[in-house]
Amino acid sequence: MIISIASGKGGTGKTTVAVNLALSLDSVQFLDCDVEEPNAHLFLKPLIKDTARTCVSVPEIDHSKCTYCGECRQVCAYNAIAVLPGKEDKGGSVLVFPHLCHGCGACSMLCPQGAIREVNKEIGTIESGQAGKVLFVHGRLDVGEAMSPPLIRQVKKYTDPSRTVIIDAPPGTSCPVITAVKDSDFCVLVTEPTPFGLNDLALAVEMLRKLEIPFGVVINRCDIGDGKVEEYCGREGIRILMKIPFSREIAAAYSEGIPMVSMEALYKEKFTGLYLDICKVRDGTDSNS
Amino acid sequence: MEQIVILSGKGGTGKTVISAALAALAPNKVMVDCDVDAADLHLLLHPQVRERREFRSGVTAVIDEKLCVKCRKCILACRFGAISDDFKVKDVSCEGCGLCGHICPYGAVRMEENLSGEWFISETRYGPFVHARLGVAQENSGKLVAKIKEAAKEIAEARSLDYMIVDGPPGIGCPVIASLSGADKALIVTEPTLSGLHDAQRVAEAAGHFKVPVCLVINKYDLNQAMTEKIGSFCKERGIPLIGRIAFDKAVVEALVAGKTVIEVPPSQAADEIMKIWQRLK
Ligand code: SF4
Ligand code: SF4
Ligand code: SF4
Ligand code: SF4
Repeated sequence: MIISIASGKGGTGKTTVAVNLALSLDSVQFLDCDVEEPNAHLFLKPLIKDTARTCVSVPEIDHSKCTYCGECRQVCAYNAIAVLPGKEDKGGSVLVFPHLCHGCGACSMLCPQGAIREVNKEIGTIESGQAGKVLFVHGRLDVGEAMSPPLIRQVKKYTDPSRTVIIDAPPGTSCPVITAVKDSDFCVLVTEPTPFGLNDLALAVEMLRKLEIPFGVVINRCDIGDGKVEEYCGREGIRILMKIPFSREIAAAYSEGIPMVSMEALYKEKFTGLYLDICKVRDGTDSNS
Repeated sequence: MEQIVILSGKGGTGKTVISAALAALAPNKVMVDCDVDAADLHLLLHPQVRERREFRSGVTAVIDEKLCVKCRKCILACRFGAISDDFKVKDVSCEGCGLCGHICPYGAVRMEENLSGEWFISETRYGPFVHARLGVAQENSGKLVAKIKEAAKEIAEARSLDYMIVDGPPGIGCPVIASLSGADKALIVTEPTLSGLHDAQRVAEAAGHFKVPVCLVINKYDLNQAMTEKIGSFCKERGIPLIGRIAFDKAVVEALVAGKTVIEVPPSQAADEIMKIWQRLK
Protein backbone atom coordinates (compact mmCIF):
# COMPACT_ATOMS: atom_id res chain seq x y z
CA MET A 1 0.00 0.00 0.00
CA ILE A 2 1.17 3.51 -0.79
CA ILE A 3 0.27 6.09 1.85
CA SER A 4 1.07 9.72 1.17
CA ILE A 5 1.20 12.34 3.88
CA ALA A 6 0.23 15.82 2.75
CA SER A 7 -1.06 19.10 4.08
CA GLY A 8 -2.54 22.18 2.48
CA LYS A 9 0.10 24.26 4.17
CA GLY A 10 3.57 23.59 5.47
CA GLY A 11 4.61 23.43 9.09
CA THR A 12 1.56 21.55 10.27
CA GLY A 13 3.57 18.50 11.22
CA LYS A 14 3.36 16.58 7.98
CA THR A 15 6.91 15.28 8.20
CA THR A 16 6.44 14.45 11.89
CA VAL A 17 3.46 12.24 11.07
CA ALA A 18 5.21 10.63 8.09
CA VAL A 19 8.37 9.83 10.04
CA ASN A 20 6.63 8.52 13.15
CA LEU A 21 4.29 6.39 11.10
CA ALA A 22 7.24 4.91 9.23
CA LEU A 23 9.04 4.11 12.48
CA SER A 24 5.98 2.37 13.91
CA LEU A 25 5.52 -0.19 11.14
CA ASP A 26 7.42 -3.17 9.79
CA SER A 27 8.65 -3.40 6.24
CA VAL A 28 8.45 0.23 5.27
CA GLN A 29 9.89 2.29 2.49
CA PHE A 30 10.03 6.04 2.97
CA LEU A 31 10.06 8.38 -0.02
CA ASP A 32 10.66 12.03 0.79
CA CYS A 33 9.07 13.79 -2.18
CA ASP A 34 9.25 17.24 -0.61
CA VAL A 35 12.23 17.84 -2.89
CA GLU A 36 12.31 21.59 -2.41
CA GLU A 37 12.76 21.21 1.33
CA PRO A 38 13.54 17.57 2.11
CA ASN A 39 13.61 17.23 5.88
CA ALA A 40 12.70 13.67 6.82
CA HIS A 41 16.36 12.64 6.80
CA LEU A 42 16.92 14.92 9.77
CA PHE A 43 14.70 12.64 11.85
CA LEU A 44 15.32 9.26 10.25
CA LYS A 45 19.09 9.81 9.96
CA PRO A 46 19.53 7.27 7.18
CA LEU A 47 22.83 5.81 6.08
CA ILE A 48 23.04 6.90 2.47
CA LYS A 49 24.36 4.17 0.22
CA ASP A 50 23.64 5.53 -3.22
CA THR A 51 23.70 9.01 -4.65
CA ALA A 52 22.52 9.71 -8.16
CA ARG A 53 22.18 12.96 -10.07
CA THR A 54 18.82 13.31 -11.82
CA CYS A 55 18.37 14.77 -15.21
CA VAL A 56 15.62 16.02 -17.41
CA SER A 57 15.99 16.04 -21.16
CA VAL A 58 16.22 19.34 -22.95
CA PRO A 59 16.60 19.92 -26.68
CA GLU A 60 19.93 20.58 -28.36
CA ILE A 61 20.00 21.98 -31.87
CA ASP A 62 22.30 20.66 -34.56
CA HIS A 63 23.00 23.92 -36.36
CA SER A 64 24.39 22.16 -39.41
CA LYS A 65 20.96 20.61 -40.09
CA CYS A 66 18.68 23.42 -38.94
CA THR A 67 17.04 25.57 -41.60
CA TYR A 68 15.55 28.03 -39.09
CA CYS A 69 12.06 27.16 -40.25
CA GLY A 70 10.56 28.05 -36.86
CA GLU A 71 8.51 24.86 -36.47
CA CYS A 72 10.02 24.06 -33.07
CA ARG A 73 9.17 27.49 -31.72
CA GLN A 74 5.61 27.07 -32.92
CA VAL A 75 5.04 23.71 -31.31
CA CYS A 76 6.65 24.53 -27.97
CA ALA A 77 3.76 25.34 -25.65
CA TYR A 78 6.07 26.85 -23.04
CA ASN A 79 8.05 29.37 -25.11
CA ALA A 80 11.22 27.48 -24.34
CA ILE A 81 12.63 27.93 -27.85
CA ALA A 82 13.27 31.07 -29.89
CA VAL A 83 14.23 31.00 -33.57
CA LEU A 84 15.86 33.94 -35.32
CA PRO A 85 15.68 33.38 -39.07
CA GLY A 86 18.89 33.95 -41.02
CA LYS A 87 19.47 36.96 -43.26
CA GLU A 88 21.33 36.88 -46.59
CA ASP A 89 24.78 37.43 -45.18
CA LYS A 90 24.26 35.84 -41.78
CA GLY A 91 23.03 32.49 -40.48
CA GLY A 92 20.05 32.37 -38.14
CA SER A 93 20.05 30.97 -34.66
CA VAL A 94 17.93 28.88 -32.33
CA LEU A 95 17.95 29.55 -28.61
CA VAL A 96 16.75 27.07 -26.01
CA PHE A 97 15.71 28.21 -22.52
CA PRO A 98 16.15 25.07 -20.43
CA HIS A 99 14.39 26.54 -17.38
CA LEU A 100 11.15 26.83 -19.30
CA CYS A 101 11.37 23.41 -20.96
CA HIS A 102 8.97 20.73 -19.70
CA GLY A 103 10.74 17.98 -21.64
CA CYS A 104 7.63 17.10 -23.61
CA GLY A 105 9.62 16.05 -26.69
CA ALA A 106 7.39 17.90 -29.17
CA CYS A 107 10.20 19.91 -30.77
CA SER A 108 12.52 16.98 -31.39
CA MET A 109 9.72 14.81 -32.70
CA LEU A 110 8.31 17.44 -35.03
CA CYS A 111 11.43 19.16 -36.39
CA PRO A 112 11.23 18.48 -40.14
CA GLN A 113 15.03 18.34 -40.45
CA GLY A 114 15.72 16.02 -37.56
CA ALA A 115 17.96 18.75 -36.22
CA ILE A 116 16.98 18.39 -32.57
CA ARG A 117 18.22 15.75 -30.21
CA GLU A 118 17.61 15.61 -26.50
CA VAL A 119 20.40 15.95 -24.02
CA ASN A 120 20.39 15.62 -20.26
CA LYS A 121 20.33 18.54 -17.90
CA GLU A 122 20.88 17.93 -14.20
CA ILE A 123 18.20 19.25 -11.85
CA GLY A 124 18.79 17.52 -8.56
CA THR A 125 20.08 14.61 -6.55
CA ILE A 126 18.45 11.42 -5.33
CA GLU A 127 19.94 9.69 -2.32
CA SER A 128 18.90 6.29 -1.09
CA GLY A 129 19.86 4.16 1.82
CA GLN A 130 18.57 2.71 5.02
CA ALA A 131 17.43 4.05 8.36
CA GLY A 132 17.21 1.08 10.70
CA LYS A 133 14.55 -1.15 9.14
CA VAL A 134 13.24 1.63 6.94
CA LEU A 135 14.34 1.84 3.31
CA PHE A 136 14.88 5.50 2.60
CA VAL A 137 14.89 7.60 -0.57
CA HIS A 138 14.83 11.34 -0.97
CA GLY A 139 15.28 13.87 -3.73
CA ARG A 140 16.84 17.28 -3.43
CA LEU A 141 16.16 19.92 -6.05
CA ASP A 142 19.15 22.05 -7.04
CA VAL A 143 18.83 25.64 -5.86
CA GLY A 144 17.75 27.87 -8.74
CA GLU A 145 15.82 25.07 -10.47
CA ALA A 146 12.16 25.91 -10.94
CA MET A 147 10.56 22.58 -11.69
CA SER A 148 10.27 19.91 -9.07
CA PRO A 149 7.73 17.48 -10.63
CA PRO A 150 10.27 15.67 -12.86
CA LEU A 151 12.46 15.03 -9.83
CA ILE A 152 9.46 13.87 -7.79
CA ARG A 153 8.55 11.43 -10.56
CA GLN A 154 12.10 10.06 -10.42
CA VAL A 155 11.95 9.59 -6.65
CA LYS A 156 8.66 7.72 -7.05
CA LYS A 157 10.28 5.31 -9.48
CA TYR A 158 12.07 3.83 -6.45
CA THR A 159 8.72 2.57 -5.07
CA ASP A 160 9.04 -0.95 -3.71
CA PRO A 161 5.55 -2.48 -3.94
CA SER A 162 6.42 -5.30 -1.55
CA ARG A 163 6.58 -2.77 1.31
CA THR A 164 4.30 -0.21 2.88
CA VAL A 165 5.39 2.92 1.08
CA ILE A 166 5.17 6.23 2.91
CA ILE A 167 5.42 9.35 0.80
CA ASP A 168 6.18 12.69 2.42
CA ALA A 169 4.56 15.08 -0.07
CA PRO A 170 5.38 18.76 -0.51
CA PRO A 171 2.90 21.24 1.02
CA GLY A 172 0.19 23.02 -0.97
CA THR A 173 -2.23 21.86 -3.66
CA SER A 174 -0.44 22.53 -6.93
CA CYS A 175 1.75 20.68 -9.41
CA PRO A 176 4.43 19.24 -7.10
CA VAL A 177 1.90 17.92 -4.55
CA ILE A 178 -0.24 16.33 -7.19
CA THR A 179 2.77 14.63 -8.72
CA ALA A 180 3.69 13.29 -5.29
CA VAL A 181 0.29 12.01 -4.12
CA LYS A 182 -0.95 10.67 -7.45
CA ASP A 183 -1.26 6.86 -7.42
CA SER A 184 -1.40 6.70 -3.62
CA ASP A 185 -3.87 4.27 -2.10
CA PHE A 186 -4.53 6.61 0.77
CA CYS A 187 -3.60 10.12 1.77
CA VAL A 188 -3.28 11.45 5.31
CA LEU A 189 -3.90 15.19 5.56
CA VAL A 190 -2.21 16.86 8.47
CA THR A 191 -3.66 20.11 9.73
CA GLU A 192 -3.91 22.31 12.81
CA PRO A 193 -7.02 23.80 14.41
CA THR A 194 -6.53 27.43 13.34
CA PRO A 195 -8.23 29.52 10.65
CA PHE A 196 -5.14 29.02 8.45
CA GLY A 197 -5.18 25.29 9.02
CA LEU A 198 -8.88 25.07 8.15
CA ASN A 199 -8.58 27.20 5.03
CA ASP A 200 -5.71 25.11 3.69
CA LEU A 201 -7.28 21.82 4.72
CA ALA A 202 -10.39 22.62 2.67
CA LEU A 203 -8.19 23.22 -0.40
CA ALA A 204 -6.34 19.95 0.12
CA VAL A 205 -9.65 18.10 0.51
CA GLU A 206 -10.84 19.56 -2.78
CA MET A 207 -7.63 18.38 -4.43
CA LEU A 208 -7.91 14.80 -3.14
CA ARG A 209 -11.57 14.57 -4.14
CA LYS A 210 -10.56 15.60 -7.62
CA LEU A 211 -7.81 12.98 -7.67
CA GLU A 212 -10.22 10.41 -6.20
CA ILE A 213 -7.81 9.35 -3.49
CA PRO A 214 -9.33 8.19 -0.18
CA PHE A 215 -8.15 10.28 2.75
CA GLY A 216 -8.44 11.08 6.43
CA VAL A 217 -7.25 13.88 8.69
CA VAL A 218 -4.73 14.14 11.51
CA ILE A 219 -5.09 17.23 13.72
CA ASN A 220 -1.77 18.33 15.14
CA ARG A 221 -1.49 20.63 18.17
CA CYS A 222 -5.18 19.84 18.62
CA ASP A 223 -5.45 21.75 21.90
CA ILE A 224 -4.41 25.17 20.63
CA GLY A 225 -6.77 27.12 18.41
CA ASP A 226 -10.47 26.50 17.95
CA GLY A 227 -12.92 23.73 17.12
CA LYS A 228 -13.69 24.75 13.55
CA VAL A 229 -11.57 22.05 11.90
CA GLU A 230 -13.49 19.33 13.72
CA GLU A 231 -16.80 20.96 12.84
CA TYR A 232 -15.73 21.08 9.21
CA CYS A 233 -14.71 17.40 9.17
CA GLY A 234 -18.01 16.48 10.80
CA ARG A 235 -19.99 18.40 8.20
CA GLU A 236 -18.03 16.95 5.31
CA GLY A 237 -18.07 13.38 6.62
CA ILE A 238 -14.29 13.27 6.85
CA ARG A 239 -12.74 10.80 9.24
CA ILE A 240 -10.42 12.27 11.89
CA LEU A 241 -7.76 9.60 12.26
CA MET A 242 -5.73 11.03 15.10
CA LYS A 243 -5.25 14.07 17.30
CA ILE A 244 -1.85 15.07 18.62
CA PRO A 245 -1.83 17.53 21.53
CA PHE A 246 0.72 20.33 21.72
CA SER A 247 3.56 19.46 24.03
CA ARG A 248 6.68 21.49 24.69
CA GLU A 249 8.47 18.19 25.09
CA ILE A 250 7.55 16.97 21.62
CA ALA A 251 8.36 20.39 20.18
CA ALA A 252 11.77 20.46 21.83
CA ALA A 253 12.57 16.90 20.71
CA TYR A 254 11.37 17.75 17.23
CA SER A 255 13.69 20.73 17.09
CA GLU A 256 16.61 18.39 17.73
CA GLY A 257 15.48 15.90 15.11
CA ILE A 258 14.17 13.34 17.61
CA PRO A 259 10.95 11.59 16.53
CA MET A 260 8.29 11.27 19.21
CA VAL A 261 7.92 7.49 18.89
CA SER A 262 11.44 7.10 20.18
CA MET A 263 10.47 9.07 23.30
CA GLU A 264 7.58 7.01 24.56
CA ALA A 265 6.08 3.61 23.73
CA LEU A 266 2.61 5.13 23.92
CA TYR A 267 3.24 7.19 20.80
CA LYS A 268 4.28 4.15 18.86
CA GLU A 269 1.02 2.45 19.76
CA LYS A 270 -0.89 5.50 18.56
CA PHE A 271 0.85 5.46 15.21
CA THR A 272 0.37 1.72 14.75
CA GLY A 273 -3.30 2.41 15.50
CA LEU A 274 -3.27 5.14 12.87
CA TYR A 275 -2.07 2.61 10.32
CA LEU A 276 -4.78 0.12 11.23
CA ASP A 277 -7.39 2.88 10.95
CA ILE A 278 -6.08 3.79 7.51
CA CYS A 279 -6.46 0.18 6.41
CA LYS A 280 -10.02 0.11 7.74
CA VAL A 281 -11.07 3.37 6.13
CA ARG A 282 -9.50 2.30 2.87
CA ASP A 283 -11.19 -1.08 2.83
CA GLY A 284 -14.50 0.55 3.66
CA THR A 285 -14.97 -1.61 6.74
CA ASP A 286 -15.20 1.46 8.91
CA SER A 287 -18.71 2.60 9.65
CA ASN A 288 -17.67 6.19 10.44
CA SER A 289 -16.03 6.87 7.12
CA MET B 1 9.07 52.05 -3.68
CA GLU B 2 10.70 49.30 -1.69
CA GLN B 3 9.67 45.71 -2.22
CA ILE B 4 10.03 43.43 0.81
CA VAL B 5 9.37 39.70 0.44
CA ILE B 6 8.77 37.51 3.47
CA LEU B 7 9.89 33.92 2.96
CA SER B 8 10.36 30.87 5.12
CA GLY B 9 11.35 27.82 3.14
CA LYS B 10 9.17 25.48 5.10
CA GLY B 11 5.68 26.67 5.91
CA GLY B 12 4.18 27.16 9.32
CA THR B 13 7.03 29.19 10.76
CA GLY B 14 4.77 32.19 11.28
CA LYS B 15 5.56 33.83 7.98
CA THR B 16 1.99 34.96 7.32
CA VAL B 17 1.42 36.16 10.88
CA ILE B 18 4.58 38.27 10.61
CA SER B 19 3.69 39.47 7.11
CA ALA B 20 0.31 40.62 8.42
CA ALA B 21 1.91 42.41 11.37
CA LEU B 22 4.42 44.15 9.10
CA ALA B 23 1.58 45.08 6.79
CA ALA B 24 -0.12 46.71 9.77
CA LEU B 25 3.04 48.62 10.69
CA ALA B 26 4.34 49.81 7.32
CA PRO B 27 2.99 53.17 6.18
CA ASN B 28 1.85 53.77 2.57
CA LYS B 29 1.99 50.27 1.26
CA VAL B 30 0.38 47.71 -0.93
CA MET B 31 0.22 44.13 0.30
CA VAL B 32 0.47 41.02 -1.86
CA ASP B 33 -0.19 37.42 -0.97
CA CYS B 34 2.08 35.39 -3.24
CA ASP B 35 1.38 32.11 -1.46
CA VAL B 36 -1.23 31.48 -4.13
CA ASP B 37 -1.45 27.74 -3.47
CA ALA B 38 -2.48 28.19 0.12
CA ALA B 39 -3.34 31.84 0.49
CA ASP B 40 -3.99 32.74 4.12
CA LEU B 41 -3.24 36.42 4.53
CA HIS B 42 -6.82 37.35 3.61
CA LEU B 43 -7.99 35.59 6.78
CA LEU B 44 -6.30 38.36 8.78
CA LEU B 45 -6.79 41.30 6.43
CA HIS B 46 -10.50 40.68 5.63
CA PRO B 47 -10.37 42.24 2.17
CA GLN B 48 -13.28 43.98 0.43
CA VAL B 49 -12.86 42.76 -3.12
CA ARG B 50 -12.99 45.66 -5.60
CA GLU B 51 -11.86 43.92 -8.76
CA ARG B 52 -11.98 40.28 -9.68
CA ARG B 53 -10.06 38.87 -12.66
CA GLU B 54 -9.85 35.44 -14.18
CA PHE B 55 -6.49 33.79 -14.47
CA ARG B 56 -6.29 31.70 -17.60
CA SER B 57 -3.19 29.78 -18.17
CA GLY B 58 -2.18 26.74 -20.08
CA VAL B 59 -4.29 24.32 -22.02
CA THR B 60 -5.51 20.77 -21.63
CA ALA B 61 -5.96 18.25 -24.41
CA VAL B 62 -9.42 16.88 -25.19
CA ILE B 63 -9.96 13.91 -27.50
CA ASP B 64 -13.02 13.88 -29.71
CA GLU B 65 -14.38 10.33 -29.54
CA LYS B 66 -16.11 10.66 -32.86
CA LEU B 67 -12.91 11.44 -34.73
CA CYS B 68 -10.51 9.19 -32.83
CA VAL B 69 -9.70 5.86 -34.53
CA LYS B 70 -7.87 4.50 -31.48
CA CYS B 71 -4.49 4.23 -33.19
CA ARG B 72 -2.71 4.82 -29.88
CA LYS B 73 -0.17 7.22 -31.39
CA CYS B 74 -0.96 9.89 -28.82
CA ILE B 75 -0.73 7.47 -25.91
CA LEU B 76 2.75 6.46 -26.99
CA ALA B 77 3.90 10.01 -27.59
CA CYS B 78 2.68 11.62 -24.37
CA ARG B 79 5.57 11.82 -21.94
CA PHE B 80 3.32 12.50 -18.96
CA GLY B 81 1.19 9.37 -19.17
CA ALA B 82 -1.83 11.62 -19.44
CA ILE B 83 -3.88 9.60 -21.94
CA SER B 84 -5.59 6.51 -20.62
CA ASP B 85 -6.03 3.23 -22.47
CA ASP B 86 -9.61 4.14 -23.23
CA PHE B 87 -8.45 7.32 -25.01
CA LYS B 88 -9.42 9.86 -22.39
CA VAL B 89 -7.13 12.66 -21.26
CA LYS B 90 -6.60 12.79 -17.51
CA ASP B 91 -6.88 16.49 -16.66
CA VAL B 92 -4.58 16.36 -13.67
CA SER B 93 -1.76 14.69 -15.58
CA CYS B 94 -1.94 16.63 -18.83
CA GLU B 95 0.74 19.32 -19.01
CA GLY B 96 -0.80 20.90 -22.07
CA CYS B 97 2.25 20.46 -24.25
CA GLY B 98 0.09 19.88 -27.31
CA LEU B 99 2.22 17.08 -28.74
CA CYS B 100 -0.74 14.70 -29.02
CA GLY B 101 -2.63 17.30 -31.04
CA HIS B 102 0.28 17.80 -33.39
CA ILE B 103 0.76 14.13 -34.14
CA CYS B 104 -2.81 12.83 -34.23
CA PRO B 105 -3.33 11.88 -37.89
CA TYR B 106 -7.09 12.39 -37.62
CA GLY B 107 -7.29 15.80 -36.00
CA ALA B 108 -9.11 14.24 -33.06
CA VAL B 109 -7.39 16.29 -30.38
CA ARG B 110 -8.23 19.85 -29.52
CA MET B 111 -6.62 22.00 -26.84
CA GLU B 112 -8.87 23.83 -24.40
CA GLU B 113 -7.80 26.79 -22.31
CA ASN B 114 -7.79 26.25 -18.53
CA LEU B 115 -9.46 28.58 -16.13
CA SER B 116 -6.75 28.19 -13.52
CA GLY B 117 -7.81 30.63 -10.89
CA GLU B 118 -8.88 34.11 -9.96
CA TRP B 119 -7.12 37.11 -8.58
CA PHE B 120 -8.38 40.12 -6.75
CA ILE B 121 -7.60 43.72 -6.05
CA SER B 122 -9.05 44.58 -2.67
CA GLU B 123 -9.17 47.27 -0.04
CA THR B 124 -8.41 46.50 3.60
CA ARG B 125 -8.16 48.48 6.80
CA TYR B 126 -4.43 48.73 6.02
CA GLY B 127 -4.67 49.75 2.39
CA PRO B 128 -4.71 48.00 -0.96
CA PHE B 129 -4.18 44.25 -1.13
CA VAL B 130 -3.66 42.03 -4.15
CA HIS B 131 -4.35 38.33 -3.71
CA ALA B 132 -5.34 35.28 -5.65
CA ARG B 133 -6.87 31.88 -5.55
CA LEU B 134 -5.29 29.25 -7.70
CA GLY B 135 -7.71 26.50 -8.61
CA VAL B 136 -6.96 23.18 -7.01
CA ALA B 137 -4.72 20.93 -9.07
CA GLN B 138 -3.66 23.84 -11.26
CA GLU B 139 -0.19 24.59 -12.41
CA ASN B 140 1.62 27.79 -13.19
CA SER B 141 1.54 29.28 -9.75
CA GLY B 142 4.76 31.05 -10.76
CA LYS B 143 2.92 32.88 -13.52
CA LEU B 144 0.09 33.87 -11.23
CA VAL B 145 2.60 35.20 -8.70
CA ALA B 146 4.26 37.28 -11.42
CA LYS B 147 0.87 38.59 -12.47
CA ILE B 148 -0.32 39.74 -9.06
CA LYS B 149 3.03 41.31 -8.27
CA GLU B 150 2.80 43.27 -11.48
CA ALA B 151 -0.68 44.46 -10.52
CA ALA B 152 0.58 45.49 -7.08
CA LYS B 153 3.44 47.39 -8.65
CA GLU B 154 1.02 49.33 -10.82
CA ILE B 155 -1.05 50.25 -7.78
CA ALA B 156 2.09 51.32 -5.90
CA GLU B 157 3.13 53.55 -8.78
CA ALA B 158 -0.31 55.02 -9.38
CA ARG B 159 -0.72 55.91 -5.71
CA SER B 160 2.98 56.73 -5.08
CA LEU B 161 3.24 54.20 -2.28
CA ASP B 162 6.48 53.60 -0.38
CA TYR B 163 6.35 49.88 0.31
CA MET B 164 5.20 46.63 -1.18
CA ILE B 165 4.92 43.89 1.45
CA VAL B 166 4.90 40.43 -0.09
CA ASP B 167 3.89 37.28 1.77
CA GLY B 168 5.93 34.75 -0.18
CA PRO B 169 5.25 31.11 -1.00
CA PRO B 170 6.99 28.18 0.69
CA GLY B 171 9.79 26.20 -0.92
CA ILE B 172 12.40 27.34 -3.39
CA GLY B 173 10.69 26.47 -6.69
CA CYS B 174 8.97 28.46 -9.42
CA PRO B 175 6.61 30.61 -7.30
CA VAL B 176 9.44 31.59 -4.96
CA ILE B 177 11.62 32.56 -7.87
CA ALA B 178 8.75 34.64 -9.26
CA SER B 179 8.19 36.34 -5.91
CA LEU B 180 11.89 37.21 -5.57
CA SER B 181 12.08 38.83 -8.95
CA GLY B 182 12.28 42.59 -8.50
CA ALA B 183 12.46 42.36 -4.70
CA ASP B 184 14.67 44.78 -2.78
CA LYS B 185 14.88 42.71 0.38
CA ALA B 186 13.93 39.26 1.57
CA LEU B 187 13.07 38.59 5.19
CA ILE B 188 13.42 34.94 6.12
CA VAL B 189 11.28 33.73 9.00
CA THR B 190 12.58 30.57 10.59
CA GLU B 191 12.11 28.42 13.68
CA PRO B 192 14.83 27.08 15.95
CA THR B 193 14.57 23.53 14.64
CA LEU B 194 16.89 21.41 12.56
CA SER B 195 14.51 21.60 9.64
CA GLY B 196 14.07 25.34 10.16
CA LEU B 197 17.80 25.85 9.91
CA HIS B 198 18.09 23.52 6.95
CA ASP B 199 15.32 25.31 5.05
CA ALA B 200 16.56 28.79 5.94
CA GLN B 201 19.90 27.87 4.41
CA ARG B 202 18.24 26.80 1.20
CA VAL B 203 16.05 29.91 0.91
CA ALA B 204 18.99 32.17 1.73
CA GLU B 205 20.88 30.44 -1.05
CA ALA B 206 17.96 30.90 -3.46
CA ALA B 207 17.68 34.60 -2.59
CA GLY B 208 21.44 34.94 -2.99
CA HIS B 209 21.18 33.23 -6.36
CA PHE B 210 18.86 36.03 -7.48
CA LYS B 211 20.97 38.68 -5.77
CA VAL B 212 18.29 39.77 -3.31
CA PRO B 213 19.76 40.85 0.06
CA VAL B 214 18.39 38.83 2.98
CA CYS B 215 17.88 39.28 6.69
CA LEU B 216 16.48 36.77 9.13
CA VAL B 217 14.11 36.47 12.07
CA ILE B 218 13.83 33.52 14.46
CA ASN B 219 10.30 32.84 15.56
CA LYS B 220 9.55 30.94 18.80
CA TYR B 221 13.26 31.19 19.52
CA ASP B 222 12.83 30.02 23.12
CA LEU B 223 11.63 26.55 22.05
CA ASN B 224 15.27 25.59 21.57
CA GLN B 225 17.98 28.00 22.68
CA ALA B 226 20.82 25.85 21.40
CA MET B 227 19.33 25.74 17.92
CA THR B 228 18.67 29.48 18.07
CA GLU B 229 22.39 29.96 18.67
CA LYS B 230 23.21 27.65 15.78
CA ILE B 231 21.02 29.71 13.47
CA GLY B 232 22.67 32.82 14.87
CA SER B 233 26.12 31.58 13.98
CA PHE B 234 24.93 30.50 10.55
CA CYS B 235 23.79 34.10 10.02
CA LYS B 236 27.11 35.47 11.20
CA GLU B 237 29.03 33.14 8.90
CA ARG B 238 27.02 34.19 5.88
CA GLY B 239 26.87 37.84 6.84
CA ILE B 240 23.08 37.69 7.11
CA PRO B 241 21.73 40.27 9.58
CA LEU B 242 19.69 38.58 12.30
CA ILE B 243 17.15 41.30 12.99
CA GLY B 244 14.84 39.76 15.54
CA ARG B 245 13.96 36.93 17.87
CA ILE B 246 10.33 36.39 18.77
CA ALA B 247 9.44 34.30 21.81
CA PHE B 248 6.71 31.66 21.72
CA ASP B 249 3.64 33.66 22.64
CA LYS B 250 0.05 32.41 23.02
CA ALA B 251 -1.13 35.87 21.94
CA VAL B 252 -0.12 34.95 18.38
CA VAL B 253 -2.54 32.03 18.13
CA GLU B 254 -5.24 33.96 19.98
CA ALA B 255 -4.98 36.86 17.53
CA LEU B 256 -5.06 34.37 14.66
CA VAL B 257 -8.19 32.67 15.93
CA ALA B 258 -9.79 36.11 16.31
CA GLY B 259 -8.85 36.92 12.72
CA LYS B 260 -6.62 39.83 13.74
CA THR B 261 -2.99 40.79 13.40
CA VAL B 262 -0.94 40.48 16.55
CA ILE B 263 -0.53 44.27 16.53
CA GLU B 264 -4.28 44.81 17.02
CA VAL B 265 -4.82 42.69 20.10
CA PRO B 266 -3.75 43.74 23.62
CA PRO B 267 0.00 44.42 23.78
CA SER B 268 2.13 41.30 23.75
CA GLN B 269 5.79 40.43 23.73
CA ALA B 270 5.53 39.15 20.17
CA ALA B 271 3.98 42.43 18.99
CA ASP B 272 6.75 44.47 20.67
CA GLU B 273 9.43 42.42 19.01
CA ILE B 274 7.78 42.66 15.58
CA MET B 275 7.67 46.45 15.97
CA LYS B 276 11.41 46.43 16.58
CA ILE B 277 11.89 44.16 13.59
CA TRP B 278 10.05 46.64 11.42
CA GLN B 279 12.31 49.47 12.63
CA ARG B 280 15.40 47.45 11.69
CA LEU B 281 13.95 46.24 8.42
CA LYS B 282 12.75 49.42 6.84
S1 SF4 C 1 12.19 22.93 -36.27
FE1 SF4 C 1 14.21 22.10 -36.63
S2 SF4 C 1 14.85 23.03 -38.53
FE2 SF4 C 1 13.13 24.23 -37.82
S3 SF4 C 1 14.05 25.87 -36.64
FE3 SF4 C 1 13.62 24.25 -35.21
S4 SF4 C 1 15.49 23.06 -35.10
FE4 SF4 C 1 15.62 24.32 -36.91
S1 SF4 D 1 10.86 19.51 -25.21
FE1 SF4 D 1 8.85 20.48 -25.26
S2 SF4 D 1 8.99 22.07 -23.72
FE2 SF4 D 1 11.08 21.48 -24.19
S3 SF4 D 1 11.69 22.90 -25.76
FE3 SF4 D 1 10.92 21.09 -26.81
S4 SF4 D 1 8.78 21.57 -27.20
FE4 SF4 D 1 9.48 23.03 -25.68
S1 SF4 E 1 -3.59 9.82 -32.13
FE1 SF4 E 1 -5.62 10.65 -32.58
S2 SF4 E 1 -6.71 8.99 -33.54
FE2 SF4 E 1 -4.91 8.10 -32.61
S3 SF4 E 1 -5.63 7.42 -30.61
FE3 SF4 E 1 -4.84 9.46 -30.33
S4 SF4 E 1 -6.60 10.81 -30.59
FE4 SF4 E 1 -7.17 8.83 -31.38
S1 SF4 F 1 -1.13 17.82 -24.35
FE1 SF4 F 1 0.83 16.84 -23.91
S2 SF4 F 1 0.59 16.19 -21.79
FE2 SF4 F 1 -1.45 16.63 -22.52
S3 SF4 F 1 -2.19 14.66 -23.23
FE3 SF4 F 1 -1.31 15.71 -24.99
S4 SF4 F 1 0.78 14.93 -25.09
FE4 SF4 F 1 0.02 14.47 -23.05
